[in-house]
Amino acid sequence: MLTLLLIGLPLLASLLLFASKTPAARNLAMIFSLAEFVIALGAWYVFSTNPGSSLLQVNLTWVESLNIHVNLSISALSILMVLLTCFLVPLIILSSFQSEYENANSFYALILLMQMALVGVFMANDGFLFYVFWELALIPIYFICLLWGGENRGKITFKFFVYTLFGSLFMLIGLIYLYNHTNVEGLKSWYINDLYNAGRSLTDTQQSAVFWLIFIAFAIKMPVFPFHTWQPDTYVNAPTQGTMLLSGIMLKMATFGAIKWLLPLVPLGVQEWGNTAIVLSVIGIVYASLIAMAQKDFKRLIAYSSIAHVGLISAGILSANQQGIQGAIMQMLAHGVNVVGLFLIADIIFRHTGTREMSKLGGIRSMNGNFSVLFLIVLLGSVALPLTNGFVGEFLLINGVYQYSALIATFAGLTVILGAVYMLRAYQTMMLGERRDSNITFGSLHKSDKVALMIIALVVIVFGVYPGPLNAIAEQATKEILMLLN
Amino acid sequence: MKGLLILSALGMLAMLAQIFQLKKLLLPMVLLGIAAAFVSNAMEWQQTFSFEYFDNMISFDKPALAFSGVILLTAFLWFIVAHDYFKTGTHMVDHYVLVLFALVGALMLCSFKNMTTLFLGVEILSIPMYVLAASKKQDVRSNEAGFKYLIMGSFASGFLLFGIALIYGASGTFDLAGISTYIHNNINDLPLFFYLGILFILVAMSFKVSAAPFHFWAPDVYEGSPTLITALMSTVVKTAAFAAFMRLYLMGFAEISQFWAVLLSIIIALSLIIANLSAAMQSSVKRMLAYSSISHAGFMLMVVLANQRSNISIDALLYYSLAYSVGSIGAFAVLYQVGKSGNETFEAFNGLGKRHPFLAFCMAVAMLSLAGIPITAGFFAKYFVFTTMIGTSYKWLLILAVITSAIGAYYYLKVIIAMYFSPASGKEEMQVEGSHKLVIAISVILTLALGLVPGLVAEVFKF
Repeated sequence: MLTLLLIGLPLLASLLLFASKTPAARNLAMIFSLAEFVIALGAWYVFSTNPGSSLLQVNLTWVESLNIHVNLSISALSILMVLLTCFLVPLIILSSFQSEYENANSFYALILLMQMALVGVFMANDGFLFYVFWELALIPIYFICLLWGGENRGKITFKFFVYTLFGSLFMLIGLIYLYNHTNVEGLKSWYINDLYNAGRSLTDTQQSAVFWLIFIAFAIKMPVFPFHTWQPDTYVNAPTQGTMLLSGIMLKMATFGAIKWLLPLVPLGVQEWGNTAIVLSVIGIVYASLIAMAQKDFKRLIAYSSIAHVGLISAGILSANQQGIQGAIMQMLAHGVNVVGLFLIADIIFRHTGTREMSKLGGIRSMNGNFSVLFLIVLLGSVALPLTNGFVGEFLLINGVYQYSALIATFAGLTVILGAVYMLRAYQTMMLGERRDSNITFGSLHKSDKVALMIIALVVIVFGVYPGPLNAIAEQATKEILMLLN
Repeated sequence: MKGLLILSALGMLAMLAQIFQLKKLLLPMVLLGIAAAFVSNAMEWQQTFSFEYFDNMISFDKPALAFSGVILLTAFLWFIVAHDYFKTGTHMVDHYVLVLFALVGALMLCSFKNMTTLFLGVEILSIPMYVLAASKKQDVRSNEAGFKYLIMGSFASGFLLFGIALIYGASGTFDLAGISTYIHNNINDLPLFFYLGILFILVAMSFKVSAAPFHFWAPDVYEGSPTLITALMSTVVKTAAFAAFMRLYLMGFAEISQFWAVLLSIIIALSLIIANLSAAMQSSVKRMLAYSSISHAGFMLMVVLANQRSNISIDALLYYSLAYSVGSIGAFAVLYQVGKSGNETFEAFNGLGKRHPFLAFCMAVAMLSLAGIPITAGFFAKYFVFTTMIGTSYKWLLILAVITSAIGAYYYLKVIIAMYFSPASGKEEMQVEGSHKLVIAISVILTLALGLVPGLVAEVFKF
């Protein structure tokens, strides 16, 4: 019931907004997304009291002859991702209150449609349904970037679309291949456990092939080096809300997919090729960190830092041990919140000063002290200082990768150091010191920005000091996955 | 079978309409007739046996009825859009008659059981199409299109006839089942010229479905013909040709598939590569759609190649034809509206999102469906093709299909980007007739409905 509601509400809201011409689209979208957040909290409550509750499962037939079911359920892993999504979407909508968009109705309708698809990806227990939601998430974000993006958006969004479509089609083939190998009393099945069984019955080489077919889709979406070339341009050119959706939530689709739809599906394939994939991820970490250090544009810097962070997450997942996966889950949550915060900060700075070029900015702290404090908190979360939300995940991740290989962990650990270098330097350039350009002023924050930033900063601190409840669920989720692996 | 008879009678009645001054009644009469044909087709579907006529030269079995249904449905939608094509120009009645007889040929291609009926079907379908391609008499390019189509088409017919003769020479029969039995009995010592016959027919049929390297006529003919005739070619004619292809190779020559499959796989690979690369380089939307139709031909042929001995193949091809026809009718109807200004390039679509949001939305759905994005019909069409192909040894073709699909997204998206991203050049008001809006809306609704509830068609073949 709750699962259907989680899908149905944003879908209905989105259709409503598409159809109506109300000038209050923004407020309506806000109300709907908050309602969705309440439902997600409700689902969390039900899950923590009674994980097997029938409220959290639904199984309807979609296409009978192909055994495709609308099979949605909430497990430990999915409740965390659903919570993250439903927490971030209202924040993302809130962050748009200071920007005026043309055709605002469609803009917010697309955001809600995107939310529907994302929540669907996280809850789907049917391979086909997973794929459909996965692809469906691409359409709204494509239009958001295309219609409301910056200059040159035509070319850039196009590259993004074709890249991800390319990956997804390979994944589709991988999934169909597994589906063809399922056998449940003589019938084929798309149900996830049957796909797991089918995957494990394959030989070494078959599993390796399926591993690459599916991993490419995830690697492009995360993105992992060398599939990342679409990402920086798309992040920079998308409207802020689009960037937030992409980096905060959509990227998690891929890391989530790697945990649920790759590791237990082809364990031998992971054993065979995991090493290569981890090396690629770690190359991405170092490469992206170095490029981030040379960036002049703050938004672009965050885009590259995101590649570095997600590289570590991917390495952790593929190391396939308790710390690695649990750390990945924790870091997915933390990164989601922090990166949305950082992009919001970049947007605020741009709106106030008209530039994102760091060398032109300086001394903002002397103009607006509150803002600089909030910025600092989010930034520290992003560089994973102890007692911020980023720390737990990053620590576990590096620990997990270390168990896999000490050498790789050394390079992976560079994220922390290099991350601190470029983030703190950016902070120093923009916020501290003297004003470089006397024409640039920085007044007090708008109320909606302030609220959004304060909520994010609060989350950074609260879940840094007390990660317990989330960590417990992440641990449970990891155990479930590892049980499938052995 | 009744559908075939109704259409033939309708064609003859339409000829009389000229004499009896019934021009105004013609369109309602034709629509009614096609609807009646569709209904009788559906009623025959309810029967459990198949209808055989003329010493089993024509057999309306389940696949035949299903493909006839797709053709009749698209034809019905097409006639609604096309009514003002008939208004312009002088020989309105003749045009009606030609299209109706082309439909008769199309239905024969869906239902033949004998090489002679195959040839008759091909000719009855093709000859009116040659004339229709050239029906814009004052336009040089239309004349050129008709001429090219005729020359190349006759050439292919020659191949077909030669192939049939060779096969007859070896097997001594025109009957499809007879040929199949002949192959079965002489599987180890089939004469060389029998293989040659199959090869010739393969060439001829590849020409008819416009698969590379026999596709050269398609872009020119599609571009030169009046847009609505192009729409007819890429939907009705295409579906019929594929139904025939499938009947021949899956019902007649299935047992020696290892011989023709290799050749077919090369044809498919060439179609996918050439069509997608060429389509990406076009500046005219109409030409792009022509190349896209070649690429879709490649996809549909994969179903034949997979050669699954169950209903999966028929089902996949049926679904693909329907999804492609519905999407194309929508796309061509929008193109027809946009092209009224005399410009059919991508620039003509600039700013359509602002000029006419409804048309732009429908075109976007059609493009996404042709690109194969969920939740449109095109996605399931692709999915079914992948499913049939995955069990075969042609894995390389599957990978090629994925790569070319991604290229395909490029040129479909180009239309969407032009509509929503590029500013409009002029601010001319777009006037769209109600009936056109209706058809475009129906095509969008069908595209989405087939994508959401694929079971509507996918479960048709659970017999």
